[in-house]
Amino acid sequence: MGAAEKTILINSTAIMLAIIIPTMIATVAFAWWFRRGNSKATYLPDWEYSGAIEMVVWAIPALTIMLLGGITWIGSHELEPSHALKSARPPLKVEVVSLDWKWLFIYPDQGIATVNQLVVPAGTPVSFRLTSATVWNAFFVPQMGTMIYTMPRMTTRLNLQANRQGTFEGLSSHFSGDGFPGMQFKVQSLPPDQFATWAQGARGQGLALDGRGYSELSKPSSYVKPMTYGAVAPGLFDAIVANRAPPSPVPAPQHNEPAPPAGV
Amino acid sequence: MFGRLTLAAIPFDQPIPLITSLVVLLVIGGLAVWISKNKWWPYLWNEYITSTDHKRIGVMYIVLALVMLVRGFADGIMMRAQQAIAIGPSQGYLTPEHYNQIFTAHGTIMIFFVAMPFVIGFMNFVVPLQLGVRDVAFPTMNNVSFWLNASGALLVNLSLFLGEFARTGWLAFPPLSESQFSPGVGVDYYLVALQISGVGTVLTAVNFVTTILKTRAPGMSYLRMPVFCWTALASNLIMLAAFPVLTVALAQLMLDRYLGFHFFTNDGGGNSMLYMNLIWVWGHPEVYILVLPAFGIYSEVAATFSGKPLFGYRSMVFATLAICIISYMVWLHHFFTMGAGGDINAVFGIASMVIGIPTGVKIYNWLFTMYGGRVRFNVPVYYLIGFMLTFVVGGLTGVLLAIPPVDFVVHNSLFLVAHFHQVIIGGVVFALMAGYTYWFPKAFGFTLDERLGKAVFWCWFIGFHLAFIPSYLLGLWGATRRMQHIPDPSWAPFLAVELVGAAIIGLGIVLTVVQLLYSIKTRDQRRDITGDPWDGRTLEWLTLSPPPHYNFAVLPDVHGEEAYWTRKQTAIKEEKLIDEPHYQPIEMPINTPTGVIVAFFASVCGFAVIWYIWWLAIVGLIGAFAIFVWYAWRDEHEHIIPVEEVRANARERRRIRMEHLHSISQST
Repeated sequence: MGAAEKTILINSTAIMLAIIIPTMIATVAFAWWFRRGNSKATYLPDWEYSGAIEMVVWAIPALTIMLLGGITWIGSHELEPSHALKSARPPLKVEVVSLDWKWLFIYPDQGIATVNQLVVPAGTPVSFRLTSATVWNAFFVPQMGTMIYTMPRMTTRLNLQANRQGTFEGLSSHFSGDGFPGMQFKVQSLPPDQFATWAQGARGQGLALDGRGYSELSKPSSYVKPMTYGAVAPGLFDAIVANRAPPSPVPAPQHNEPAPPAGV
Repeated sequence: MFGRLTLAAIPFDQPIPLITSLVVLLVIGGLAVWISKNKWWPYLWNEYITSTDHKRIGVMYIVLALVMLVRGFADGIMMRAQQAIAIGPSQGYLTPEHYNQIFTAHGTIMIFFVAMPFVIGFMNFVVPLQLGVRDVAFPTMNNVSFWLNASGALLVNLSLFLGEFARTGWLAFPPLSESQFSPGVGVDYYLVALQISGVGTVLTAVNFVTTILKTRAPGMSYLRMPVFCWTALASNLIMLAAFPVLTVALAQLMLDRYLGFHFFTNDGGGNSMLYMNLIWVWGHPEVYILVLPAFGIYSEVAATFSGKPLFGYRSMVFATLAICIISYMVWLHHFFTMGAGGDINAVFGIASMVIGIPTGVKIYNWLFTMYGGRVRFNVPVYYLIGFMLTFVVGGLTGVLLAIPPVDFVVHNSLFLVAHFHQVIIGGVVFALMAGYTYWFPKAFGFTLDERLGKAVFWCWFIGFHLAFIPSYLLGLWGATRRMQHIPDPSWAPFLAVELVGAAIIGLGIVLTVVQLLYSIKTRDQRRDITGDPWDGRTLEWLTLSPPPHYNFAVLPDVHGEEAYWTRKQTAIKEEKLIDEPHYQPIEMPINTPTGVIVAFFASVCGFAVIWYIWWLAIVGLIGAFAIFVWYAWRDEHEHIIPVEEVRANARERRRIRMEHLHSISQST
């Protein structure tokens, strides 16, 4: 959970507990003191209205909600997932596609892609574009913060930053069918120079994610081991969003640096 | 000939549904034999199945709800057991295909076939009595509504024996529920069952809105109606506006699945986001359909057992109507994570919180109802206090979820699951159990055992907290819902505690059955002779327990907000009842098999549609229409209860009340 979200969560809980705990105590205290057997308690058999109390009982929740409403308005705008994060470093672009039942991460600037493994440079904003090739899912890395839906034929945007190095767990947090519990993925947050080395090393290695590779990948499977593609057909993400057939096996002609054919 | 239906539909290879099916068939067969042996069929047929009496229909609704509660609970504890076992290397005892059906069935059954019939059952039983009238506005339609609801429940449960149930979650979001991703009959079972029971629910709403607006006892102005009637009115208004949206959304999904339309598909210009909006435009108000009558029950319980009028009646009415209206304006909070943007998320987040204001006021009003009272700690009061303590925490977590940035990290998590169980169990189920204890003597003429009732309360109260409070923590740590397998072994102790909690709730359900059987056995020691076992304040306590078919010999004249209490106090002060009125013969609607036959044909038609047996679907439709026409051409609608019978019953009732008044005035 991000620090900002945690602050809002704790503040709001504290504000509400300040009201709720006395109410809970009063509930038990009133019920007990005014029990039938207690001869010391005053019985007011016809007491049913008090303007002053009415005003207070409307005012307490109303004021609380006004306060929390303010927190909500500000928080919703400051933490809106599509807003770019403030940072001296340019954001890393990642395109996320949920498939049955695994995650595809495309690095358009690096020309590589990974499955069930998201590698990011620590301390650098990551700008995600997300969609789904099949049904709805939600992209969620609890230790990094905000989740967002991935929806077929639609693109969502999310900006996150891993503030420290390490390995985090990621998951789909929107039920998507029988393979859903096997949609976990790893997030590796590396120092920026190591990230660059990793991306460089991955490029051109292993499989290529062209039309054939993609149709192979999109067959339903679950608990898929992390893997890396050394080349990606350009425009793959947009083709998935548009529900077009994935780019042909040979990478699109406008790309002047053809990726190696599949299997090399 | 049989469409998609083949022998392969019977789950021979899956022991759990197969054995369950056999046990259920044996139990139903055994019951049928037992009823036949005792020659109870004519009684059941005349007094319940074909009855147009709102009280009998109410009882049938509640029986349906209790039976379905057992089914829904069995699903729940199977899920809890799976999650407690299937951690790390273990895959547990349920495959994803099976587990996914179970949580879908759990949600569908608990909302549509437990909570809804339970709440509607109370509205049926209580509202006409509290309004001081003889029945609902449309008694035959009321019977039809019940049987259509039962038909839906039947079809959902049939999926256990034949085929499968949906594996999509209880709201069947497309495109997962489209035939591309769910080609089996599971989603069809879901859609058809909910469409049939949905018709019943809309008819119920028409019936109760009409009853409350148009048929009240003389002098029962709007602001003299008991709060339960107000909450029933608000709830039915929501039903009337919200259920058609559900019907349309499900119909669109059916068109997609059956006729190749493209409302929500990934191709052909479909948009699944539309379904998400439609289903929650129904789905969020649905919560208030359930919880408003629950608030009504607490209001009745708080006033009666505190020996005081409800504090701030007008405030309560206003708060109820405020919730009724705002409930339509908050649906988007179910998908803040769709990325709609800061403005939209903030507006819907704040609108959702605003509901907390009237709800908070209600809590304070119940609190001040107890203030200055003489609180009797009967079972319903346990539930009232248990509710007030539990519900405020559920409200807190609800407001947290309404803050979009918080929702971004706990949406769809076990935090959410804990929240809605806290408000539905702590809010709705506690109220239903309170109402069950409170109105049972009115329905059957004897009270339920108090000791066992308190044991049941403690099981629900302790069991609920053990079963769901750990989920808040798990949710904050990133545990999402609907997981057939748990990836993180460190969650194991929490999930084990939750399983224990679920088992304690299960014990509570068993004790509820024990309480019922024990109370029936000892009913002669617990008779409610007076018709007023709790020193009540509203009109249902004016008549006998159980009330005659026509409820009141003469419709009561209402003076003041607490119709029966005012009358009772006047009688005590003057040491006499009101003058004997002029009795007249009473016209009551006759029994009708319309409901059960229409529902039979609806079930046949629904079953045929699920399995693509088109000739049978046509037979079902024609059958349902034919019985409808037959009913419309019927000449006789009412029978007359002779004045002698009315007078004799009423005099007996006056004699009992006179004795009762003497005993009250001597004791005070």
